[in-house]
Amino acid sequence: MQPATTTSIVIRPSRGWIGLGARELWQYRDLGYFLVWRDLKVRYKQTLFGAAWAVLQPVLLVLVFSAFLGRIEGIGPAGVPYPLFAFAGLVPWTLFSQSLNSAANSLVNSQNLIAKVYFPRLLLPLAAVGSHIVDFFIALVVLLVMTPVFGVLPKLTILWLPLFALFAVVAALAVGTWLAAIYVRYRDLRYAIPFLIQVWLFATPVAYSADLIPRELRGVYALNPMTGAVEGFRWALLGGSLPQATILLSAAATAVILVTGIAYFRRVERTFADVI
Amino acid sequence: MGDVAIRAEGLSKRYRLGQQRGSNVLLSEMLGNAFRRPFRRRAASAGQADFWALQDVSFEVPAGSAVGVIGRNGAGKSTLLKVLSRITEPTAGTATLHGRVASLLEVGTGFHPELSGEENIYLSGAVLGMRRDEIRRKFDEIVEFSGIESQFLDTPVKRYSSGMQVRLGFAVAAHLEPEILLIDEVLAVGDAKFQAKCLGKIEEIGETGRTVLFVSHNMPAILRLCSRAILLEHGRVVTDGPTHDAVRMYLESDLGRSSERRWTDPALAPGDEVAKLKSVRVLPVGGGSAEEIEIRQPIDIEVEYWRGEIGSLRPSVNLAFYNDEGVCLFISNDWQGRAVHDAGGKPGVIRSTCRIPGNFLAEGRVIVTAAVSTFNPATAHALERDAVAFQVVDRSQGDGVRGDSTNEWAGVVRPMLDWHTETRRVE
Repeated sequence: MQPATTTSIVIRPSRGWIGLGARELWQYRDLGYFLVWRDLKVRYKQTLFGAAWAVLQPVLLVLVFSAFLGRIEGIGPAGVPYPLFAFAGLVPWTLFSQSLNSAANSLVNSQNLIAKVYFPRLLLPLAAVGSHIVDFFIALVVLLVMTPVFGVLPKLTILWLPLFALFAVVAALAVGTWLAAIYVRYRDLRYAIPFLIQVWLFATPVAYSADLIPRELRGVYALNPMTGAVEGFRWALLGGSLPQATILLSAAATAVILVTGIAYFRRVERTFADVI
Repeated sequence: MGDVAIRAEGLSKRYRLGQQRGSNVLLSEMLGNAFRRPFRRRAASAGQADFWALQDVSFEVPAGSAVGVIGRNGAGKSTLLKVLSRITEPTAGTATLHGRVASLLEVGTGFHPELSGEENIYLSGAVLGMRRDEIRRKFDEIVEFSGIESQFLDTPVKRYSSGMQVRLGFAVAAHLEPEILLIDEVLAVGDAKFQAKCLGKIEEIGETGRTVLFVSHNMPAILRLCSRAILLEHGRVVTDGPTHDAVRMYLESDLGRSSERRWTDPALAPGDEVAKLKSVRVLPVGGGSAEEIEIRQPIDIEVEYWRGEIGSLRPSVNLAFYNDEGVCLFISNDWQGRAVHDAGGKPGVIRSTCRIPGNFLAEGRVIVTAAVSTFNPATAHALERDAVAFQVVDRSQGDGVRGDSTNEWAGVVRPMLDWHTETRRVE
């Protein structure tokens, strides 16, 4: 404990829109660390395969996709084996979908904490997303091993890989803060979230190539944050041409969702303990 | 740093009511609603659909002093602590706290049942605001204070007894070292010996120049720890002064409540146009003192109410029984009694009597809330919180529930149950 901290807390009704509260988030970083740590510990307690699930989930989906879709002409780009193509899409997708799911559920799953102790509430979706980054790294290692096995040698563009992984993380956080804040008040989201994620998978070029989308629809298609994240991730790993416009549009959409999501979250945060 | 650790100015907290969702309301919730509903009715008559849990609460706590907060259930004590610990925002007013604050609204905050004792010490410590290295430094002390043997530290806390969980939870909280400590009723749990230890620890914290704000129903603990106490009622400060005075006032207003309530003037009686309470009485079956009832003696709780214009409504009397720790022992509703309205719902006086068998309640103070309600939607037309109260004493000698045991007999009720025992085999 710091000697005689002269910190003063002023409690009063807040009005209107408030900032991010980054300084306070930083002060509570140790709690953030423990929340991530708790999620990881709990996730793989009493499981037989433990962290292997982080790899098993995308791998099993690759098998399913390959068996049912892999034979369709033109579903993936020429020159890349379909399983590798699908796997390179599923690794960032899994990072996104699981982070989003955890972030959206993070407040409702921590009702007790919210009702009993103060901390910056944004820590909950942040920590929920954070715990999936560890899973992502495990899957990434497998992906990096598989790439040369399938005969594709990574180029220097691979240095961009972390950036596009971060893209997926930020996208999950952006949508996750929106959903988490809404979920506190409207429990309908319990049913809507899994459905949303399922539909989202089909709206993202994971199992198929974005080239299949008609040219006039590509602008709308790129407004899906994950379109840019997955396309960019694949480009960094497998090469090909960089879909710059798509990525810029996706990034812009992500930024808008993130800023509005955090603003909304911070605005309704003050009532969480009363309605949760 | 000034001399004042906590300053509250005009703190108010409004809750909006009636945010019920879903149609599958459980019966228990419905009954619960009927008891909560009058707030809405009362507020509605004031022209708003709100309930003020705190109203214009102002006080100052000098640094280094221990102040108790007392009051009945629903008086706003917990809301006050929630506002001061920033869990919920006030609707109006300001509070300023000077120094590092820790609030303890429950024991074992942040515990995860799947994680081990050791892991939970870190987790709970972090949740309560400790730094990682701080927890590491105090780890051994925490374990020692909890009295949990080290071989159990690797065991998930879901396999701990509830006593062990409480001990571990409090042990973490006891090592917080805040400058301001806000505590809510944490001593209501755990065995007597551990409670005494916790109390000692809080006392120790108070003696080291820290500021303590302590909410409790435990008057001896309040008297021991605090030199000053604030008495809340309906969200307002009624008294703020020496603990002895505040506690006396509280006891006179609450526990001093008698076994009989009557309203002679319908205009002043609690209720609406459908029903107004006329009287609530505790009647020991077979006579005797209504204030102090022997545990084996059956008791009648008699409620009379003025029936107004009921239309097609079929009101019934509900009673909720609480002990002096504020635990709801049970709720009973006079479902059959609704048939009385079948004979034509003209205005008049209705009397419902509920019999509580002997050998059913536990020893101690029983406080009864009475209401006249209709259901679907649940509405309490007349309600009197803590309408009557009585004391149950156990003078049984071998013929009571406790038999010839002289030990403490736990439980919020003490029902006499049927046992059947036989010899199945002799060897």
